[in-house]
Order: sequence, then C-alpha cells, then structure tokens
Amino acid sequence: MEILDALLQGFATAITPQNLLLMMLGCVIGLFVGAMPGLGSVNGVAILLPVTFLVPPTAAIIFLAAVYYGAMYGGAISSIMLGIPGASTAVATVFDGRPMAMQGKADFALVAAAVGSFVGGTISVILFTLFAPPLADFALKFGPQEEFALMMLAFATFIGLGGDDIPKTLFSIAIGLVFAAVGLDEISGRPRLIFFDLPGFYHGINFLVLAIGIYGIGEILWTLETSQGEVKVSQASFTAKRVLEAFKKLKQSTLTILSSSFLGYFVGILPAAGATPASLMAYGVAKTMAKDPDSFGKGNIAGVAAPETANNAASTGSMLPMITLGIPGSPTTAILLGGMIIWGLRPGPLLFVNNPEFVWGLIGSLYMANLFTVIINIAFIPLFVSVLKLSFTILAPIIFVLCIVGGYAPTQDMHDVWLIVIFGVVFYLLRKLNYPVAPAVLAIVLGPLTERALRQSLVAERGDVMTFVERPLSATILFLAVLLIVLPAIKMMRHRKKREAAAEQDGL
Amino acid sequence: MNLRSIKKLALMPVIAVCSLAVMTSAAFAQWEPKKPVEFIIMAGTGGGADQMARLMQSIIQKNNFSSQPFIPINKPGGSGAEALRYLQDKSGDDHVVMITLNSFYTTPLQNPDLGVDISTFTPIGRMALDTFLLWVNSDSDINTLDDYVMQVKSKGKDWKMGGTGQGQEDSLLTGMLQNKFGFEVTYVPFPGGGTVAKNLIGKHIDSTVNNPSEQLGFYEAGQSRPLVAFTPDRLEQFPDVPTSAEVGHPDLVYFMQRSINGPPEMSAEAQAYYIDVFSKVFNSEDWQGFCASDGIFCNEWLAGDDLATYHQAEKAKHEELLKGMGLIN
Amino acid sequence: MTTRTAEMLMAVVMGLFSVFLMWKSAELEIGWIPDEGPGGGAWPFWLSAIMLLCCVVTLFRWWRRATPESRSTVQFMDKNTRRINYITVGSLVALLVLTHIIGIYFSIFLFLLFYIRFVGRHSWLLTGILSVASPVFLFFFFEAMLKILLPKGYSEPLFYPLYQIIY
Repeated sequence: MEILDALLQGFATAITPQNLLLMMLGCVIGLFVGAMPGLGSVNGVAILLPVTFLVPPTAAIIFLAAVYYGAMYGGAISSIMLGIPGASTAVATVFDGRPMAMQGKADFALVAAAVGSFVGGTISVILFTLFAPPLADFALKFGPQEEFALMMLAFATFIGLGGDDIPKTLFSIAIGLVFAAVGLDEISGRPRLIFFDLPGFYHGINFLVLAIGIYGIGEILWTLETSQGEVKVSQASFTAKRVLEAFKKLKQSTLTILSSSFLGYFVGILPAAGATPASLMAYGVAKTMAKDPDSFGKGNIAGVAAPETANNAASTGSMLPMITLGIPGSPTTAILLGGMIIWGLRPGPLLFVNNPEFVWGLIGSLYMANLFTVIINIAFIPLFVSVLKLSFTILAPIIFVLCIVGGYAPTQDMHDVWLIVIFGVVFYLLRKLNYPVAPAVLAIVLGPLTERALRQSLVAERGDVMTFVERPLSATILFLAVLLIVLPAIKMMRHRKKREAAAEQDGL
Repeated sequence: MNLRSIKKLALMPVIAVCSLAVMTSAAFAQWEPKKPVEFIIMAGTGGGADQMARLMQSIIQKNNFSSQPFIPINKPGGSGAEALRYLQDKSGDDHVVMITLNSFYTTPLQNPDLGVDISTFTPIGRMALDTFLLWVNSDSDINTLDDYVMQVKSKGKDWKMGGTGQGQEDSLLTGMLQNKFGFEVTYVPFPGGGTVAKNLIGKHIDSTVNNPSEQLGFYEAGQSRPLVAFTPDRLEQFPDVPTSAEVGHPDLVYFMQRSINGPPEMSAEAQAYYIDVFSKVFNSEDWQGFCASDGIFCNEWLAGDDLATYHQAEKAKHEELLKGMGLIN
Repeated sequence: MTTRTAEMLMAVVMGLFSVFLMWKSAELEIGWIPDEGPGGGAWPFWLSAIMLLCCVVTLFRWWRRATPESRSTVQFMDKNTRRINYITVGSLVALLVLTHIIGIYFSIFLFLLFYIRFVGRHSWLLTGILSVASPVFLFFFFEAMLKILLPKGYSEPLFYPLYQIIY
C-alpha cells in the first residue's frame, strides 16, 4: 500500500496549522475573486503568485490550490446570482442557474453547485491519486488531430442549445467563431481582423467581453424591459430545512453528477482542453440523457450540478498534465507551472520521484481544500442570497459597475469595456428578435481551440484531410461526436411517434 | 468636501511618518515613483517572460528595492505589437517599464504600419539571455547534428519541426538551420514552448528548438535528447551536449534577450532609478539562482546606452534573418 | 417601428456587417494553400459567408412571413421600454466617457448617484451610502488587495497619498 502511505504522509503535510490556515485563507480569497464577474481563478492565482515566493513551495502550492478551488466555486456564484458567468468555466452554469434564481430557488442552485463541485473535485482527486502515471501516457497520445476531434465532440454535445429558428442559431454560432478569430493568425503569425487599426483588437475579443456584454449589460436591459424597473425576486429565508430539501432534490441528479465527474476528469487531463469544454460537454450530455430535456434552460437543478461538477473535476484533472508532463491544461495551471519552476521544482515525469513530499502534499491538500470550500461556500449562501432581496433599481446599477470594472481588470484596457457596452446593446436587440445568444458565447470559447487544432493538423500532415480519420484515437472521438448528433434526433423522432400514438389513442 | 479629502486630512500624520521612512531608507536616490509602476509583459500569462516578471516583482518586494510595487500587466496581443504600441503611446511616462522578448525586434520589422521605433525607447537593463538547444525524441536514432542533417534531408518536407509561431524565436532558428544546411522542413506552430515539448515526447512532431527549462523535465526522465546547444559555451545542465562551434558551425549561435525598457522620453532621473532597481535585482541571489537552475545566461549586466547599442546590433541581425526567410523584404 | 420592420432592418444590417467581415478577412489568404491547408483568412472569411447566408435566408423568410417576428405588427419597443433603455445606455456611455477624464472611481460615484436617486427614486441617505461605499470598496479590493490598477484619468494625483499608505 505504497500509495496509501504516501497519501497519509500528504495529509499530514496538509494539516499542519500553518498550511491549514493558508488553505482556509486561500479558499475565502478565491471565493470572492471568483464571484466577481470578470475575475476568475487565473487572476486570483496570478495576483497571489509573487506572495508565495516568500514561503516554502509546499505551503505555496497548497495556498494557490486553495485559491484555485475557491475561485472555481466562486464562478458559480456570479453565474447564479447575477446571471453573469464570471469565468468561461461557469458559462454553462448560467443556463439553468439564472432561471432558478429568478424563481426564488437561488439557494437550491448554490447548494447544487457546491455539492456538485465537491463530488466532482473529490472523485477527480481520487482518480488522480490512483492513476496519475498511466493517464499521463494517455495524455501524451493527444496530438492536434485528437484535439480537433474533441472540439467537434464539444460542439456536438450542445447542438440542442440553439433556438427553433435554424438560420438565426447558425448566425449566432458563426458570429461567435468569427469574433474568436480576431487578433492574430497563429499559423502565419500575422495580425488579423484589426478593425480600424485599433490596437485593442490585437489581443483579440476575449470571451469575457462577449459574455459580460450579453449576460451583464444585455440581460439587465432585458430584465428592465420586462419588469419596467420593478423586479423583486421572491426568496424564502435560507434555513437548515431548505438545505435538506435541496439535498433531496439533488439526489435525483446523482447519476448526472457522477457521470459529469468522470467526464470532467478525463477532459481535464487532456493538455489542450481544460475545464471550459468539460463543463459545456457535461451540460450537453446531461441534457441529452435526461428524461425531460425540455426543462433544461428553464431552471433544472441538474443543469447547474452537471457543469459545476465537471469544471471542478476538470480543474483537478488539469493538474495532472501540469505535474507529470510540465504542460499546462489551462491558463491557471500555466501560472502555477511558472510558480513551480521559480520555486525550484521541475515539473515533469520525475517530479513524483524527486519531490514526493511536494506532490503528495499537494494531493493531500486537494482533498482538504475541497472539503473546506464546500463548507465555507454553504456558510456564505445566506449572504449571497440576501443580495437578491435588493430592489432592482439598486441591483442593476451595481451590476453595471461590476461589469465595467470586471471587464477592465483582465486586460486593463478601456477598449474592452467599450466593446462590452456595444455587444450588450446589439445582442439585446438580436435577442429581442429571437436570435439565440448562448451559441455565440460557446462559439467564442471553443473557436480558437478548434481553428488552431484544425490548422495545426493540416500543416503537420501537409494538407491531408484524411489524417483525422486515419488516427484511431481521433477517429473514435469523431465517431462519438457523430453519435451525439444523431442520438437526440432519433430520440426526438421516437418522442414524436409516441406522442402521435398517444394522440391516436386519445382519439379512440 | 468629498470623502477622499476628509480621509486625506485624517491620515496626514500617518503619511508624514511613512514618507519620512521612505526618505531615510533611500536618501541617495533623488527620484522615487509616486505610484505603482506598470510592468508590461509583451507575452501571455505562464510563459517565460511572465514567469520572470513575476519573479522580479517578488524580489523587488521582498528586498524592498522600491517603495512602490511593480504591477505585472500582460499585453500579449499581436506577438507584442499591442505592448509596443502601448509603450510608445505612454511616451514621457515615468511609471511604466516593459520586459521584452526578441519580438521586441521582429514585430516592428514585420509590421511597419505599427509606427514603432524601438531606438526611441528608454533602455534600462538586460536581465538575461535565454538559450536554445536542438531536441529530438530519445527513441529516435539521431545522436549528432550530422545524423540530424542527413535524416532531415532525406525526409524533406515530411520532417515536422515544432515551434511557437511564424516569426518567433524558434522559427528564426529553424530558418537559420534551413539556410545553413539547405533543407526545408514543415514548421508546425503551437501555443507555447511547453506544448511544443510535449508534442515532441508524444511523437506528433520530429524535432524542436526548445529552451532548456521547457525540456528539462523530459530530459531528466530520459524522454528527449539534446543534439547541440546554440551557445558559445556549454550549458551547466547539459555538460555532454556540444556547442554549435564544437561541431563546426560557430555562426549558429542564437539567444533570446530579456531586457527591461521604458517608454520614449522617460526622464533621466527615472531611468537612473530603474537602472539602480534592476541592477539590484540582477545581482540578487534569487535571480542568479533562478538563471542557473533554468539554463539561462545571466553573467553580464548591460544597462543604459550599452543596452541601446546592443539593441541596434540585434535589430540588424534580426532584419537579416527575417530577410533570409522571406518574411520581410 | 413594428417588429416586422425591425426584423428586416436587423437582417440587412447584419448582412452588411457580414460583408464587411468578409472584406476584412480577405486581407489574408482565404483559399487553400497547397501542403498547408486553409490560409489565415479562410476561417473568418467562410464563417462570415455563412453569416451572410443566414441573413439572406432570414430576409427571404421575412418576405414569406414565415417566422413569428416577421408577422408581428406590435411595436418593437414600447414607449416605456425606449425611455428606460435610453436612460440606461446613455448613463453607461456617460460613465465610460467620464472614466477617461476623471477616472473610474469618481465616475462610478456619479453614475450610482444618478441611477439610484433619479431612476430608482430611492432616499438620499441610501443613495449616498451606496454611491460612496462602492468606489471605496472597489479601490481597496482591486488596488490594495489584488494589485490591479484601475483608470484614474486626471484624478490620479489625488491618489498618491493613498498609495503611500496601502503599499
């Protein structure tokens, strides 16, 4: 039981008073940074990294891992309470989290997010503990072709998210993909789509700019219109009884949470993917597999639990390529990786051998950080819920301010803030005309990954398109993608037949 | 009266004490930043420049080299084009400095429309020279540069060389190799040096020119093999790897400089202040230790006009390289 | 303006925008480069072409009156909605313009003052507390804790003493 010994050693490292304190501090800081729209785990970790050069590496990574976890939980809070995804990983959480909050079930949604995150994180740490080295080998097999296939799979999973107007849905996807192309053509290294020579376009149109525009500004305009300024969300007080009730409801989603954990973990360990595609795929899969797919997007608790479970599972998963291969699975792990190098550690296949106390300390602390964050998070729910009791004419301007500040902070460029307001207004008008907006947001997240993987594969194979189906791994994933597109169609047809049959029976 | 001025009044005694403390601790430096210094990074989060900037930030903080913090801001857009333009527009500002890559030279050369002339920037100090080696997967039967050239020539465009993008340092080095040995390879760009390294180990590409830090983990695990170092001297981490001169090609030397530069028309006092701060960083144990463990050259400190002369020479060299590759005319 | 007119106008505007995007993408190679795959402009170009196609189809369906929006003759935006939208968007634009001049903190103060008092019609006390507390909180959260500098415009020198204290 070599692993068990090492793990116990890791726990011992994690629960020294100093490390425990750092962990709690990290969770709380992370929670608030993540809850701020615009700021996510990347900012939290980047900002606190220099602080950690002052403490021993193990304590430092424990602290940063706690910030990372805290921020992942925090992202769900702004998605649910404000309807703005604070980070790309929490986009899918908005789809059902926001409707739940509007129905006065914000506390249920928050509990679902917290519990889902906890289960996802824990399952993923366990998998991490048991299978790190063999999975690292698997991750190495992933080349650009497989990444492209994976992106196709991600697109396939949310095919059902669009509206009923097909040209408008397609338009929304295409505009998101084109916006994703702004900035730099990575293959030729040349600037691309620099509108009016504004230098702000060189860094491209960040996903956050579109998401804050649509879900921040646009959504508020929408709400102001429908309510004429007088929304108040009815909200029962948050009691232990409500928590129990929430748990009871969640129990029906057990299968969703479990499958999302595994899905999230496996997508997370793939070097290029990270938590965002994982959460989107989990949402899509949950919807496809559900008995009542129509209730998704209207406040289904499983629609909150699935993406939140998957994104936490994936963020733990993305630590695997970082530690064993020295390559980041997400922007946040890229910064953690930089930190490890400066701390004098050498991420790579030998880290487990050379610095076992560090690796196992980290794993031990992941277990602990998970537990802490779920407790801290549930403890804060009453505070967050009370925000919704504010009158909308107070809440709206404060959300606007948060959008502006949160839009500025990541790139520190007013250019992006102007774009947020423009997108907010334009997409509000589009939405009024029944153009679905969620596909545009998803497209801008997945667009850069997809185009890059596609063109890398083609450059490497000298323009041979067959490369995607000649490689067994990518062919398998592409096959799954096709299956996912076909499956809902078949299901719908069956559904229709059944209904027709039922109608006939009624007629008799 | 607004809240802030009330606060100011209330805090007057505190300010007095604080500023007194600052004045005594740095009595000999006349100029001091009045607000936090923007530390522009012309690359994204997680890359080499980003790591260095954040390390410098913490060294400055830890040793109290400056009364105001240095705040890293990433401006990776357009291979540094955005950062260069930003610095240019900050002309005359004493509270902004930038850490560079070699795109400091190549990006303005490739985008004349940018209107950036790096010779107008205020040179502060050169912190490090990043080194490059030629890598293959350790399962390959290539052991020397000669083997390599032979193999690549026989494979031609089927040979896949990984890198971080057209016009980036590794693509220039690849161009140097192509011109030198007269072969042509397929160059596949990836989003970062770490990803390039991983794709070599996963055998999705055939060779790379990575920095030591990007490959060291795999090298120590016996998964990758360096063939030659593009440096004048052997590297500490790779005592068995010959330099390019040792294998008969002394002209195959290439570095990536990491220097600190200010905007055009920075005041002379501010320039002197930053030179002082960064020379302290350069000579600190933390910085030298980081260089040693990462296979980076940090032997020689270049500051002010010496750095400007160096920039001119490097710019000319890069112009030559880009012309040779047909990327500019 | 009726919803039907708005539907048509939007499709035309977005169609024109798609053409603009196609033209802009064509600055880079939009075809297939032998041995290399699609050129740098191909991805945005062909996707913009799809956008254009979607707009054309939407216009066709508008002409055929095939969608609910193209049949609807209710006003696209009623008077009250227009009013609240103009006020909201106008004050947001003012907030951004002011940010360039007097910095974000003072602009936020003015924005909240206006919105909470004159749009929301809340009491002066509540207005005062919120519009002062928000920028102060943001300053300490961003500048002191996270070390992210927010724009200050010409109000910058007022912050020098504060920097001396928090750093």
